[in-house]
Amino acid sequence: MTAIVPDSQQRAYVAAKAADARVNLEFESEGMTLNIGPQHPATHGTLRIVAKLDGEQVTSCEPVPGYMHRGYEKLSEVRTYPQVTTLVNRLDWVGSFANEVPFILAAEKLMDVEAPPRAQHIRTILFEMSRLANIVLFLGDLGAQMGGVTAVFYGFRDREFVLNQIEAVTGGRFHPNFDRIGGLKDDLPKGWIAETKVAMKKVADFCDEIEDLLIANEIFQLRSRGVGVIPADIGLSYGLSGANLRASGVDWDTRRDNCAPGLVYDKVDWKVITHPDGDCFARCWVRLQEVRESVRICEQLLDTVPAGPIMAKVPRIIKVPEGESYVETENPLGVMGYYVVSKGDLNPFRLKIRTPSFNNISVVPWVARGVYVPDVITILASLYFILGDIDK
Amino acid sequence: MADFPGKGLIKGLGVTFGEMVKTLKPDSMGGGPVTVQYPHEKEEPVTRARGVIALHEENCTACMLCARECPDWCIYIEGHKYLAPPRREGGKPRQKNALDRFSIDYSLCMFCGICVEVCPFDALFWSPEFEFSEVKIADLLHDKTRLGEWMETVPDFEPYEAGSEAKVKKVPPRP
Amino acid sequence: MSTVATLLGELTPAYWQSTLVRVLIIGILVPTGALILAIVFLFKVMAWMQSRLGPYEAGPKGLLQLVAEVGKWLQKEDLIPQGADKIVFKAAPFIILASTFVLYAAIPAGPDPAIAANVPTGIYFILAVSSVSVIGVLMAGWASSNKYALIGGIRAAGQLIAYELPMVLAAVGVVVLAGSLNLQDIVHAQAGFFAFGDWGPALPFIVVQLPLFIVFMSAVQAELTQAPFDMPIAESEIVSGYQVEYSGFRFLVFFLAEFATAFGFAAIVSTLFLGGWYLPIPGLADDLQSGWWYLLGPIILFTKVMIVSFIIFWVRFTYPRFREDQLQKLAWKWLIPISLVWITVTSVAVVVWQ
Repeated sequence: MTAIVPDSQQRAYVAAKAADARVNLEFESEGMTLNIGPQHPATHGTLRIVAKLDGEQVTSCEPVPGYMHRGYEKLSEVRTYPQVTTLVNRLDWVGSFANEVPFILAAEKLMDVEAPPRAQHIRTILFEMSRLANIVLFLGDLGAQMGGVTAVFYGFRDREFVLNQIEAVTGGRFHPNFDRIGGLKDDLPKGWIAETKVAMKKVADFCDEIEDLLIANEIFQLRSRGVGVIPADIGLSYGLSGANLRASGVDWDTRRDNCAPGLVYDKVDWKVITHPDGDCFARCWVRLQEVRESVRICEQLLDTVPAGPIMAKVPRIIKVPEGESYVETENPLGVMGYYVVSKGDLNPFRLKIRTPSFNNISVVPWVARGVYVPDVITILASLYFILGDIDK
Repeated sequence: MADFPGKGLIKGLGVTFGEMVKTLKPDSMGGGPVTVQYPHEKEEPVTRARGVIALHEENCTACMLCARECPDWCIYIEGHKYLAPPRREGGKPRQKNALDRFSIDYSLCMFCGICVEVCPFDALFWSPEFEFSEVKIADLLHDKTRLGEWMETVPDFEPYEAGSEAKVKKVPPRP
Repeated sequence: MSTVATLLGELTPAYWQSTLVRVLIIGILVPTGALILAIVFLFKVMAWMQSRLGPYEAGPKGLLQLVAEVGKWLQKEDLIPQGADKIVFKAAPFIILASTFVLYAAIPAGPDPAIAANVPTGIYFILAVSSVSVIGVLMAGWASSNKYALIGGIRAAGQLIAYELPMVLAAVGVVVLAGSLNLQDIVHAQAGFFAFGDWGPALPFIVVQLPLFIVFMSAVQAELTQAPFDMPIAESEIVSGYQVEYSGFRFLVFFLAEFATAFGFAAIVSTLFLGGWYLPIPGLADDLQSGWWYLLGPIILFTKVMIVSFIIFWVRFTYPRFREDQLQKLAWKWLIPISLVWITVTSVAVVVWQ
């Protein structure tokens, strides 16, 4: 038997329930969606980060790349092999020479050519110097992202010493376009080795300076320690590479573990830097120590440049035989790989570029949950991406 | 020195103060700013700097190699064939290529240097000159007279580092 | 020269006349102070610390750069975003500027007539009016109808209120030592403050109040929203915060207010801790009413202001910024306890020795 409730009573009950529901709805805060970017000083270009905020806290955070997609993989299909190096220069535009190397090595592997020892040596030196140019700027930029304006000027100032040396040998400050299949475009100019040694000293001084100014600073440590912790397994499963992974304690460096033929890291005494913490501070610290290691590598290589030719015998018009090859190297931002498919033509049939930054920022939604808005900037800065490297 | 709280803060202040003292010191004492006051004083670009492409017109045969190899196709070449008078009396007239138009659109150029590299007749050279910005973008299309004028600024190639086996290239006589 | 005081004393202007003169003096002082600080520190010292030369083209050694910048700002369109609360948006910068104007009134630059308004409770008057700017910041942040501006405004409100307390507490130590809230009396007290008995000259309060000086400077840094406490305008996070939608003349007012406030606070710090317009000059040290002080007082105060401003801007150009929660922690867990402890120490010491 159903309870007989008078109509008026029932209506009052329903109305009270509805009023309750409405009140509850009004009290429920919606949160705020904050679009960081596409144009924002912290995104080094046009990365967009959609952050859902609850007050200052980030509940979810998602990077939206693609605002600067230039289609380099597709463009490469209608360009000859020497022309492709011009394009791939523009992927990671602060350490450009490093972008050419894996592509050239992949093409050399297909053609079964090996560069002469002198070319390999110079190639490795320039590779490390582009790493210096890149990470010195990173260390300076880190200060700007965290509000310290001065560090960025020091970064730009001391990167210049490296860039000047790169320019003196390649002719281009940012886009060297110097690596060729089978060797290098040109030999070193006279007096370059001595000048570069001076520049390396200045970079080493910069490391001490930035350590005093920024890395050892208590405010910096407060901001970065324990923030954005990426455990090793998460880092590996998201495909992080380079210093970001080594900062999580994974002792893995392509330069040491599977060094591509054509680079001479096995002839040098150096060590891979790791840090167990996996937070923003660890990433910055690992990069700082890597700059010091790079300086050591460069100084050793500069002393032992062998005599000889810089170009192997390659035909004037380069046709790469049919086949596929994949070469990856340890670029400034992480592991960069080129998968070249050739059909025996003047141009690659398909070129797949594995850029490190794309994978590195893919971990942002995982790591930037429950942090504060300034931490998002710290995490992005410490993950260190270059927009050209994300969007290709 | 022992660690104490605030050590990093004080060190940081020391770095910026030291830099200020260094900037204010006169040049003779190794001080001074690192920046260059651009329009008043200029940095000397390195010899190999890729500033602008110069054309040595006499050497160009309008073979179109550079135009084809250019990654963004910003070189425009037009030429025609003509019969030059024979070198010896009674010989056959020689067929020659004449260059009508050679223009580089610097608003498209990526300064990769492939054209200079592929030129088989040494007609193109890099000059470190960099001050050729224009108000109108159309003025960045340099025709062959303008490109020829850059030849004056092409430096001699510098010698190579010890242990090199490369030959130093020659720059043609400049006007 | 001691006749100057008598002469000034004999002048009996009407109330409106003296008010007009005072308003005019402050009206000139505020932009001048801001201009000097911006040119010397923002343009030049910052450039030197970054191994640059700074602006060099406008005027001799680039000293007129700011005049050129003002000309540029005045030409720009006064943009008001769609959806903004127009009246509030327009009024906000002027409220901030107004609080700066009032701030200048109570700062003594010499013996008595050289102060625009000799308020009996000068230090609390100053601390009270300086927090009026929070309202302007909140208004700017809210009325801009911009998320970044809103976050910036809220951050600024939280920060400025949190740092009022350490600032007031740090001032208390000085007040206990001087026995007066009047800024003029605080300067007089420092003129007669012999920390080491009869030995040595009269010393400023910083000698015994160093912890409170550091607390006060941190609070000033936060109050001025300078790095390391510049979260409300953090360029790399929330892109200038509450100032993000302002352009042209209104942005100029913000800029002016920022640097004028810096100048004003530097003057307050010099008055509270460094002896204000007083310096133990042999021959003049005992005669505080000497006419020379009208000439020397402003110069001495200005020098001290420049020294304090140098410290403020030096810190600003060196440090990265805190996070919002760390800032609150610093205020409540460190600065306030430190100042409370030191106030107790000071009070006990004053009772024991006097």
